Order: sequence, then C-alpha cells, then structure tokens
Amino acid sequence: MKQQLEQIRAAALAAIDQAGATEELEAVRVRFLGKKGELTAMLKQMGRLSPEERPVMGQLANQARAAMEGAIDSARQRLEAAALERKLASEAVDVTVPGEKVTVGHKHPMYIALDEIKDIFVGMGFTVLDGPEVELAELNFDRLNAGEGHPSRDWSDTFYFKEDSSVMLRSQTSPMQVRAMDTLPLPIRMIAPGRVYRKDEVDATHSPMFHQVEGMVIDRNVTMADLKGTLNAVVEQLYGKGTQTRFRPHHFPFTEPSCELDVQCHKCGGKGCPTCKGEGWIELLGAGMIHPRVLEMAGIDPEEWSGWAFGFGLERTAMRRFKIDDLRLIFENDVRFLEQF
Amino acid sequence: MDLSRNWLNEFVSGVAVDELSDKAFSEAMTLSGSKVETYRDLGAEIENVVVGRVLSLVRHENSDHMWVCRVDVGAAEPVQIVTGAQNVRAGDLVPVAMDGALLPGGKTIRAGKLRGVDSNGMLCSFAELGLEQRDFPAACADGIWILSDDPELTDLAVGQDIRAAAGLDDHVIEFEITPNRPDCLSVIGLAREAAATFDKPLRLHTPAVRGGAEGVLPELLDVETPDADLVPRYTARMVRNVKIAPSPKWMRERLRAMGVRPINNIVDITNYVMLEYGQPMHAFDYRYVKGGRIIVRRAAEGEELTTLDGAVRKLNANHLVIADETRAVGLAGIMGGENSEIAEDTADVVFESANFDGTCIRKGALALGMRTEASAKFEKGLDPMNTLPAVNRACELVELLGAGEVVDGVIDIINHVPQPTVLALRPDKVNALLGTDIAADEMVRILRKLDFTVEDETVTVPSWRGDVAHYSDLAEEVARFHGYNNIPVTLMRGETTRGGFSDEQNAERQLGELCRSAGYDEIITYSFISPACYDKIRWQPDDPRRQSLRILNPLGEGTSIMRTTTLPSMLEILSRNYNFRNKAARLYELGRIYLPGGADGLADERKFLTLGAYGDGAGFFSLKGVVEALLQGLRAADVRFEADSGNPSYHPGRCARIYAGGALIGVMGQIHPLVARNYDADTELYAAELSLRALMDARGPEPTYTPLPRFPAVMRDIAVVCDEGVTVGALTDCIRRSARGLLKDAALFDVYRGPGIAPGKKSVAFNLTLRSDERSLTAEDADADVAAILEALRRELGAVLR
Repeated sequence: MKQQLEQIRAAALAAIDQAGATEELEAVRVRFLGKKGELTAMLKQMGRLSPEERPVMGQLANQARAAMEGAIDSARQRLEAAALERKLASEAVDVTVPGEKVTVGHKHPMYIALDEIKDIFVGMGFTVLDGPEVELAELNFDRLNAGEGHPSRDWSDTFYFKEDSSVMLRSQTSPMQVRAMDTLPLPIRMIAPGRVYRKDEVDATHSPMFHQVEGMVIDRNVTMADLKGTLNAVVEQLYGKGTQTRFRPHHFPFTEPSCELDVQCHKCGGKGCPTCKGEGWIELLGAGMIHPRVLEMAGIDPEEWSGWAFGFGLERTAMRRFKIDDLRLIFENDVRFLEQF
Repeated sequence: MDLSRNWLNEFVSGVAVDELSDKAFSEAMTLSGSKVETYRDLGAEIENVVVGRVLSLVRHENSDHMWVCRVDVGAAEPVQIVTGAQNVRAGDLVPVAMDGALLPGGKTIRAGKLRGVDSNGMLCSFAELGLEQRDFPAACADGIWILSDDPELTDLAVGQDIRAAAGLDDHVIEFEITPNRPDCLSVIGLAREAAATFDKPLRLHTPAVRGGAEGVLPELLDVETPDADLVPRYTARMVRNVKIAPSPKWMRERLRAMGVRPINNIVDITNYVMLEYGQPMHAFDYRYVKGGRIIVRRAAEGEELTTLDGAVRKLNANHLVIADETRAVGLAGIMGGENSEIAEDTADVVFESANFDGTCIRKGALALGMRTEASAKFEKGLDPMNTLPAVNRACELVELLGAGEVVDGVIDIINHVPQPTVLALRPDKVNALLGTDIAADEMVRILRKLDFTVEDETVTVPSWRGDVAHYSDLAEEVARFHGYNNIPVTLMRGETTRGGFSDEQNAERQLGELCRSAGYDEIITYSFISPACYDKIRWQPDDPRRQSLRILNPLGEGTSIMRTTTLPSMLEILSRNYNFRNKAARLYELGRIYLPGGADGLADERKFLTLGAYGDGAGFFSLKGVVEALLQGLRAADVRFEADSGNPSYHPGRCARIYAGGALIGVMGQIHPLVARNYDADTELYAAELSLRALMDARGPEPTYTPLPRFPAVMRDIAVVCDEGVTVGALTDCIRRSARGLLKDAALFDVYRGPGIAPGKKSVAFNLTLRSDERSLTAEDADADVAAILEALRRELGAVLR
C-alpha cells in the first residue's frame, strides 16, 4: 500500500508537471484528489489497515496530498502568469497611432495678452471698467484738454455720427478716464480696455478699429515716481524680472508731464537690432501725470488730489509677443491662425 | 524734422560730430524730450576718396581713348590710375578713389590692370560720389569732376578727404517733434534744446541789415489785413535790383543736408530762413503785385489760383489768400501762386514773413489735400514774435550773398500778439507732482537755460513756448532736464483699493471658457458693417432692426453703419474660412451691437455671445448641445427650446428660440440656405445669437450639496408610438408631469420611423430612472409610476405603448 501511495504521488506530480493549461491542471486535480480520485480511493481503503499501520499510512497519505496540492498551486500560478503574459502581449498597441481627438477651442491671441494684463492690474488693486464706444466728443476731446482745432478732431481722422461733430466713435480709451472721474468715488485705480476707432485704411500696421488699454490712478500725494514704480512693476510681470525700462519725455494733451515708456530690447539687450530698429529700446506705452486742468474739469481739486494715467495699443503688444507680422491677421479670424495659440 | 549737425555747430559749441557720436547725441536729446528717430552720416557710403592732383597723363598703349595718369594723392609716391575720361588735364585737382575705396551704392574700388596697365584707383565724377548737378552747378556734367575748375572749391589740399570738400562730412539727425513744440521745427529751436541738454551756451545771432536801396517802403508797398483775426501779424520787407543766381556752396550744402533742393539764391534764402528760424517765408515778384498793394483776405467762393506746383486750386471763404488789387497771388501759409513766382528776370522781391491762424491754415490745407512744409508749421501755432527777426535774417542773407539791395524799413502789421505768459514756479508743488526733492535754485537754473525769465519764483514764458501755460508745464521742463530717469521709483502709498472684475466681466470670462471647452475658437470682428448686410441676412426692408447709427464719414460703404446684429459678422468669418478651404470652423465672439437711442444721444450698446460653425459634424443638435452646455455651466433653470419658423435668417424647420426661466436668451439654428448663398458658402452654416444680459440673468444660484442617493434606482425603458407632430419636448413634459414622484430622469434614447410603424407615426423611446430617497423600490412601485406615465401619454398626446 505504501508502494501504491508512492506510485500515485509520482504519477500525480508528473501529470501536474505536464499540464500546459489551467484546465488540464484541474483535470489532474480531479483525477487524483477529487471525490473519486485515485488518492481519495486509496484513502478509502485505510479502514482495512491495522491500528498500528493506520497512523503511519495516514501520515504518508497526508504528506502525499500536501505535496500534490502544493505542486498544483505552484503550477497554477505559473500557468496563470504565462497566460496573462500572452494576453498582454496580444493586447499591445502602436503607441504612435494618434490619440482620439479632443477639440478644445482657442482664445484669440489678443485676448490672451489682454487677460494677462487685466490680471496683473487687478492684483494691484485696479478695477476693470467697460465703457461706450459710441462716445461724446466732449469726453473724447474737450474734457481731455484737446479743444476745438485739435488735429485729431478732424473728420479725416475720426468717425462722426452728427454733423456738429458731437457724437463719434471714440478714438482712444482715454474718455474712460473722464467717465471714471465723473462716476467713481476717490481714490480711483482703474484700467479700461476696449475697442477704439480711427480713420485709417487697412494695411499691415493699421486698422480702422483696434484696441487700447487705459489706466488711471487718482489719490492724494500721487507722484510721477509712483507712476514709474507701478509701471516698472507691471513691466517686470509682463517681460520678466530685471527688465530694463526708460522713461522719455513726450506729449499728450491730458497729461503733464507726459512720458513714453521704453523697454530694453529683449532680442539684443540694448545693443540695437532689427527688432528694435537699431534703437536698443522698444516703445511700450504713453503715460503721464493727469493734467490739473483735466482734474479741475471733473470737479476734482488738483491741490488735494493728483493722479497718473497711461495707455497703450493692445494689437502691438500681442503682435510683438506672438511675433505676428501683419495686423490684418488679427481681424481675419482664419482658424489656421487662431488655432496656433 | 531733420537737423544738420554742422549747422547746429553754429549755435552750440562742444557738440560737434568729432566731439560727440551720433548715438550719444541722439540718446541725450531723446531723453531730454527731443525724440530722435534715426541719424545718418551723409558721407557714410564714401571711404578712402581723396583730393588728388593729376601730375601727368599719357595715352594708354593698348587703347585709343584711355589715359594713364600719375596722380599726387599726398603720399610719398604718386599713384598710377587709368581713366577713360577725356576732360582731365595735367595740373587738375580731381576726386581719387584709392585702392579699397568705397563709393555710394556699395561699390568698392580695387587696384587692377586695365588692358594690361596697372590702375591703382579711379578718378570720379560727381555722380559717382552720389551728388547732383544742382549741388555743384559748375561741375562738368559728364566726365571727371575737375575740382580746380570750380571757383567755389578753394583751399583744397592734395590728399584731403573728399567728403569735407564736397560737403558730405555732415551728419543728419531726424527728430520726431511732438505737435506742442513747433518751435523745435527749426535749427535754432533744436539748438536751444541741445544747449540745455548738454549744458552749453546758446550763441544766437541778431541779424543786421545795411539797407539803403532806392525807394521809400510805404510808397512802394501797402499791406491790408481785412481778416485780422486770421492774421495775427504780417511782416514784409523789400529787396530791389535782384540778381538771380545759384546760392553759394555752404548754403546749398545745408539745404541739401536738411532735405531741401537748392533752386536759386532768393528761393534758397526763404527756405534757409524757414529751416533756421522755423518761420515760413514767401518771396514774390513785386512786378506782379498790382498797385503795390497786398491784401490778405479770405478767398471768394469759387476763386481760382494756380499754385507754384502748377495745380489749379478752387478756393472758398475758408481759405486765406495773399492778393493784390485784382487777384490772388498766393495761398497764405500754404503755397505761393505761379503768377508771382520768382523768375530769372525778377528785379524786385517782397519777402513775406507772416503769422497766420493755425486752424485756418490747417483746415485750408486739408481741404485742398496739400499739406506743405509751411502749412505743417503754421497749423501748430507759431510764435508771432519770430516774423521780424526772420525777415531781417532773409535781408541780411540777401546782402551777404550780394543777391540784391534791401529797402529800408519794415512793413509790420500787428493785429494780435499775445501777452507773455507769467506763472508762479511753486517748487514744492513741482516736487510733489514729480516725487522729487529738487532744489528751487536748480529749477530756476533749468528754466533759465531754456530762456525762461525767472524773478522771485515768477516765471515769464518765452514767446515761442505757447505750450507752457500751467505750473505742471513748468514741472515737465524741470523734469526733462533733471532727467526722467533720475526721478525716483516708488510704489503707491495711500488707501488700498480693492480691484477686481465686474459681474459682467466675470460672466464673459466664464462663457469664453465654456465656449472653448466645447471646441469653439474666439474671433474679433469689426463693429461696423455694410447696410447691405441686412439684405444678406434677409431682413425685411421695413424691419425696425435696420435702424442703425450711420457714420457720416466712413472709410467706405462696407464699414458705414454700426451693427444692430452680430450675425453678419459671424457669417462673414465663417464664409471666409470656408472659402479659405478650411474643412471646419467653430467660432465664438463676445461682441457688441449698437442700437440707436441710448443715453446722452449715444448708442444702446449690448453685448452678445455669437456662435458659428460649419463642417466636421456641425449640425443643429451639435450646436444645441453646446448651447445647453453653456446654460448648464451657468446653472440656468427651466431651459426651453421653441421652434421658430419665422426668422428670415434661419432655416424655417431648423431654428429655435431659447428660453431660460421664461426669458428669451436668444436664437439658434441652421442658417437659411439663401443666406448662406449670399455669403458664398455652399455648405450648411449654423449659428446662435445669445444676449449676454439674458445669459447673466439666467444664471442659477451657487449650488449647495445634495446628499447622494442611498437607495438603488430602478430603470425602465418605454417606447411609445405617436403622431409625427408630437414633439419630444411635449412627450418629455408629459412624462415629467404625470410621474408620481419617483421619476428622477427621463432620457430620450431613440426615435424610430419605418417598418412596423404606420406612416405618419414615429416611435419614441425613453429611459426612465425611478428612485425613492426613503426606501428601495419594489417592482410594483415602479410599475405604478410607469403606468401613470403611459396613461397620461395616451390620454394627452395619443402616444401608445409600442
């Protein structure tokens, strides 16, 4: 009987070893360890043994069962691992096939630039204002110190709706300074981006409609030094820390002193190159201390309050940033252009 | 404004080209307020060309027309040069381009052999040096430029650089002068700025006129200014026995450097004085001034004048003319008349140095489309005190050039000369404005070097500084010469303000993000359109929305009215992309419409979100999905779409009005094929026009948390057969209304027509989700609800279970 047990054990282990799939392994298990299996049948004969033999044989039988079960378990793990490996191999994909298309829309490049500028100023405590584009000449010109006879009031320069030149398409966002002075409580920190209109034929650098961003601060004891400090901080956020700036005298009717702000050319570092037309500097914006007469016209006492203002063209800013060389692309709205940003 | 640096040297020392580079000069001038655009060296294209003396010349051994010259160029040995020119003789002084020389146009001269004979350079003509005949009237037109033949070229030294001899040693700076500084449109004005910038003295010159010509001025000339308001000042002098000739070399060189072509001595003098003093001058022939009377008057309506450029100008009462008793002889402040032009045989000349009203001149020039150097100056408002020194300077130059004899006396009509502006300096206020701590003494020093008179903090502004009228203007003068870049950099103190976006701006940002997440690209279109756009979108001729604000002076018909709808703009961009052969486009714009009748006589400007799409699966339901997503993003409640067959711009069977909470949000659908055809789009176009205001009003409150369901849902599918005319919306409404409280969702999943369904009928299938928040539903619970729904569908809509 002991010999018979050994034979079953050997046969079982051999069969386990030969099983090539989990199904075969199961068949082996049933054949030897199942209810009608060979080992089970063996054990059923144990009753015939003597009481002395019984524990010995029982122990042997249990050892044989444990060995067979252990062999089956490890064979099953081996077979399952191999099967998984085959499955994974068969599931391999060509990772260079393009992904399924997810269409995400694109913000217009000019508004990418504008949103960044808005966020910078909002972070500095500025309010963002919107205002009318069909505007009173009084606000666009007179209240900004550009009285009758100012050349930009000519019908060759500005679009009008009334024969008496009283209603126009605003030629600058600066009337928003006046609107802010007229409606907001002091102190004021605001920017006002928007569309402006001038009578220019369309070409690579001109458009009858374009965008400006106006900015204004009115407070007690505001100085030109503050103007410089604030605009320098903005430039550093836009163009990176350590960007060099310079302020040059200029002229605007509604600021005095007036200035233009240049940034050192990022391309050549100020040596002069085609990007900066050899100057080493790129003109960024116009600014100045609000003319006391403009404050007075708004009923603000220039002895108590002072302020500064700035303005710049958005198209030029966006074009420089994205290296767009033709203004017409901005308003053409070709999707092949829009989807680059 | 161009400035000759050589001319500048006459008024300011220590700023010559060899003392200060163009770059350094330009940078300093720019930073003190005179912005330099560019600068150029007139001789930059010429290198290594010297004055040489031809020592001998012999026939070339292999040529019947060439000469072999030995030329002294100031070196130890003469150089041998072969020339083909025939006008050279031994002893002549000529320009010699040496081996390696550079000539205008980038031409380089190299030593070489000409028909076997060494030639170590080239003898030059004036044209080869980039000059013109009018620059050197005495020079031979073809052939070598024989310098020694020109009586004006004295003191030439052999070996000397040709650039100094030819007047090409000048450097020209081009300034951008802001309109408030017409005084800087002159050499003297810029010299004053340069002197102040570099802290050098300004050397001005007071013209001295000998006079003494025969005649008494008041008997010869009488001037009247009936329109005194347009002629603040009129100054004139007279010159007799004029000898018209070319002006001298030094004058021609300066004119040329500043971009003015030399004509003859009298004309050149007027241009010279205009450049030097910034005062436009006009010279006219006395013999054509009938009766010796000059009348400065408004032109008669329709009066004609042939100007110096040969054009016949039709005038009106807005133009100011210089006239004699019978006719106009010049267009005041703009251009002289052909009928009184200086000619070869002119004997007596009147120099006019006047001050005209800037606005009148500007409008007159604009109306005629002829902005001239003179009108560009007048229009900015010139200094009336400048007319007298300028006319005296012209007469002084006449005498200097020997161009004629000056009659004693001056006609000087002063109608209106403003009193000098007197301002208080207020150093504390200046410092407060600038954020500086500049001493009062320093402010005074700066103002004085600009020729302001300062006594006890009272500042008298010089007559040419009409732009200075306020203490803030004085602050700018101080800041300019203290240096803008020496003003400290500080951050704002004071009350902190809370910045931020308005509700509307936040809504715009959110909508933009939603549109982009749906795959739509942002566009920007013009606010003005053509009136024909309303026809293209098939609006009825009497549609009240055609009432638009009309631009009275548009660039063209296509941009002449302010849009009252954004649809044409979107269609134009869709069409453009389609015609660019882009396969698909999905676009959105947040833009305005401009309705007449706003406050203060302005427009009622309203913002619209416009969507547009074609190609690549674009369709009614893909667009509707986007609109629904937008409204869902805004948490809009009670969203409804109602068929609209009456919108002329849209497909009558594929257009919907969109409502949320009962309010109209906008319209969407397929663009009417006829409209698409009007936009040259041979494809289906889709659009939605949504009012930003209505979208904002439809926004739902911020969500609060709803507990997740604790009990499982029961799903039931139903399919009902109904008439074609019954809409899915009506079925859905009916299902919602008739459920007994367990229905959580009813989702359409199929609409079927075809075999098994009678013609004129359709089968509509819904997936119903039923759930209780209190307990697990039994099949009986769900069946009861579904039965109620089916009963209502049958009763109300005739929809029966399939």
